[in-house]
Amino acid sequence: MAIEVRIPTILRTYTDGAKAVDASGETLTALIDDLEVNHPGIKGRLIENGDLRRFVNVYINDEDVRFIGGLEATLTDGDQVVVLPAVAGG
Amino acid sequence: MGSHRFPAYPCRVLTIAQETYDAIVAHAKRDHPDEACGVVAGPEGSDRAERFVPMVNAAGSPTFYEFDSTELLALYKDMDARDEEPVVVYHSHTATEAYPSRTDIGLASEPNAHYVLISTRHCFDEAGGNSDGPVEFRSYRIIDGVVTEEDVAITPPQQTQTV
Repeated sequence: MAIEVRIPTILRTYTDGAKAVDASGETLTALIDDLEVNHPGIKGRLIENGDLRRFVNVYINDEDVRFIGGLEATLTDGDQVVVLPAVAGG
Repeated sequence: MGSHRFPAYPCRVLTIAQETYDAIVAHAKRDHPDEACGVVAGPEGSDRAERFVPMVNAAGSPTFYEFDSTELLALYKDMDARDEEPVVVYHSHTATEAYPSRTDIGLASEPNAHYVLISTRHCFDEAGGNSDGPVEFRSYRIIDGVVTEEDVAITPPQQTQTV
């Protein structure tokens, strides 16, 4: 099962500069665990205390995962996942 | 960490067109007392701030800004399709100086961007009327929690050729 994951500039240090990598998993949690195997350290940049970090946005086929189950959101072959850090501040 | 590193920027200066500078200042004044935010996109790797894209502050707050998550995705897909990146990420402070707050530094996630801070704190009087005070406009690199201020070079409006 191949799912394309688009990696934002700030996290490309974990993917040797690659803008997109393939990963697999039937849920977002599983996908992130799979990413961590090949790109150690990336999981900690996405997840904190067992939940998606507040200022990291993840989209599955253009849907913000917060509206479709969060880390339990399901994935199928060919889905596209986009990771984007929030553009935010005080 | 992988071996990939972000490029170094020996010349720390933001070069921006007068029209774009004016558009950012106008946006900041328009949204005062809430914070205004947006980007100026440009060709990837060019460091040219060319396409002004004002964004809605989904937080609608005088002390916080955040791009709406759906609009954020649309913006990045659009930039991707145009081979662009955010050359400038700007936002305003409406009661404090044009210097990155602790939150700004903690959340800065575009290592290639010029972070522009505008302050409108002197532009309005107590009643909210325009006081014609100065707008502060400053630019920074924010990488791994380190803030480096840089010069701002404003280029004059393009001269229209007359034959």
